[in-house]
Amino acid sequence: MNEESQRLPVVSDQDVVRVRQLVRTAAVAAKLSLVDQTKLVTAASELARNTLVYGGGGHVEVTPTRSERGKAGIRIVFSDEGPGIADLDLAFTDGYTSGGGLGLGLSGARRLVDEFDIVTAVGEGTTITVVKWCR
Amino acid sequence: MERVPVLKIGDILLVSIQIDMEDQVALQLQEDLAERIVATGVGGVIIDISALDIVDSFVGRTLATIASVSRVLDAETVVVGMRPAVAITLVELGLSLPGIRTALNVELGIALLSANRRPEMPDIVGDEDDQAAVPTP
Repeated sequence: MNEESQRLPVVSDQDVVRVRQLVRTAAVAAKLSLVDQTKLVTAASELARNTLVYGGGGHVEVTPTRSERGKAGIRIVFSDEGPGIADLDLAFTDGYTSGGGLGLGLSGARRLVDEFDIVTAVGEGTTITVVKWCR
Repeated sequence: MERVPVLKIGDILLVSIQIDMEDQVALQLQEDLAERIVATGVGGVIIDISALDIVDSFVGRTLATIASVSRVLDAETVVVGMRPAVAITLVELGLSLPGIRTALNVELGIALLSANRRPEMPDIVGDEDDQAAVPTP
């Protein structure tokens, strides 16, 4: 199995589709269940779109990983050098949007994965790391 | 850019989404459908999503907009064929698609639309009741 991480630029709509396909392939290879594959790909789609729309473009890196107890999983890092998020609590509120979306991307994506970490600074950008483990 | 074909069958427009849509493709479909509803005067739209392995908030919102726009244009929309894993994920994402009618497959979607269809020869006196009628399964 290929344990290498794969990195994709996110600068267009088409790249968001490529991210979905890459995450799907990695999730299948890691033997995530069908529902978990679907959740992870959906979360990746939301976050990659955020990287594009709010972050002004960036990168996505997908890495097969293992937990300390040997469970397989997928780690995905979304990074941009955009404006950053000034008020995280607000950004995670269901229904809040600064860009005309539904306001479900960030909060919804967090519900769909097992681990979710966000590092953001105004004027410097945002990096979001998510992990989904095999059951 | 790819385009999702819209087929007219009798009083229904049938759309089967077979590709992983870019956001622009979804928006184009929304526009194409509105135009075709007006051009053809159909009473119903069926959107088959059985080939989609995910529905994210963008596609979900597009489906909801299509349903609202078609209702304003006097057509009912039914979304059919949602996969179980997609349904679970959508609800967990926070998108329960209120206002969208669904059916398990195209055949049931057609049955739902025809059960709800206004009469071919509208009776002016009884017409108001028919418009408001809620279909009983």
